[in-house]
Amino acid sequence: MIMKFRFSPARGTKILLLALLVAALPFAAAAAGIPEFDLTIRNHRFEPAILKVPANTKFKVRVTNRDSTPSEFESNDFNREKIVLPGNSITVFIGPLKPGKYKFFDDFHQDTGQGVLVVE
Amino acid sequence: MLGVALLVFREVLEAALIVTVVAAATRGVARRGTFIGGGIALGVIGAIVVAIFAGAIEEAVGGSGQELFNASVLLAAVVMIGWHVTWMSSHGKEMVRHMQQVTDSVKAGSSSVAMLLAVVALAVLREGSEIVLFLYGMAASGAGRLGLVAGVPLGLAGGVAVGFALYFGLLRIPIRHFFTATNWMLVLLAAGLASTAAGFLIQANWLPAWGNQLWNTSWLLGNGSLVGQALHVLVGYEARPAGMQLVFWLVTATVLFTGMRLVSHRMAARKQAQPAARSTVPTETATTG
Repeated sequence: MIMKFRFSPARGTKILLLALLVAALPFAAAAAGIPEFDLTIRNHRFEPAILKVPANTKFKVRVTNRDSTPSEFESNDFNREKIVLPGNSITVFIGPLKPGKYKFFDDFHQDTGQGVLVVE
Repeated sequence: MLGVALLVFREVLEAALIVTVVAAATRGVARRGTFIGGGIALGVIGAIVVAIFAGAIEEAVGGSGQELFNASVLLAAVVMIGWHVTWMSSHGKEMVRHMQQVTDSVKAGSSSVAMLLAVVALAVLREGSEIVLFLYGMAASGAGRLGLVAGVPLGLAGGVAVGFALYFGLLRIPIRHFFTATNWMLVLLAAGLASTAAGFLIQANWLPAWGNQLWNTSWLLGNGSLVGQALHVLVGYEARPAGMQLVFWLVTATVLFTGMRLVSHRMAARKQAQPAARSTVPTETATTG
């Protein structure tokens, strides 16, 4: 019992992770000036289904859901997932990516919601 | 129907794997079933609440609410697992000796078990809220009622079945190695959760990636595959990890491992000192009684 109060690695972990977060705060401020691209979800499809983005640079994609049902913008190829509620927009930071094709999809409507990032 | 079943299965699988590791790690703890059942029930309620307030969560922090919420939930689970594994290092051996018994040490550790209840609740909450939003969409669009009625139980049963399969697989581990094994699984699980949290913070641009795709093993095992997804939950496997995710993984694994070691060494030292302390116990009980 005494043990538990004297030694708390759990607290240590928390402090460490907090420190990492604090260290990263100035970084978040540097988000301005990042190129932005738009995607629209309509009838459970992405418009455009093929999106061209620049290589080797960080960019953000703004996904707007024009349907009346929730969607989830997701990609295993560039490791992102975010829910887009009906009538809402989300922003996701992606990259920098090497040139190539990267698939993304709507996790909630996989039969129709498919798209590709063409990085060049 | 298959689409519904598959999505539900994938989400349930992720939560079920975490619940399974927790269930194995608390083997022999009194009222474990109540703890885990309670955790799942709390998680389901939480999932519905999170789904209802999804819009508010997203807008709370300048459009990064979802990422910060996910990262916080994941890091909270990491801290709780950390607490538990260090406690287990001090009491695991006694639990092995007194299996199925309510010992003082297990009673004293109920706060640690409560931590694991919270881990179960958080896992169910996170995956469950996605299922709730998905099902809400399916129901709202009116398409495929049959798909919902048949697909949901099918996906749920499939995910739970994999969890049970893993659990009974783990029970085959000899008892003297059992808690060492489950402790290691908890450490790897926590490291993976921390790495996933880092992924969300990178996505929100709150953390630098430190190398966006450090390597790419998707040719070998993709994160979209079932095995890739299971390993993602259990050990934090990423086919294309960011450098920062690797840092989170390593820091968590190192801190928890060191914590486990430190505590078990201290316990060993205390054990050696115990014979001297024991002689004072009867006099104490005599004076208080």
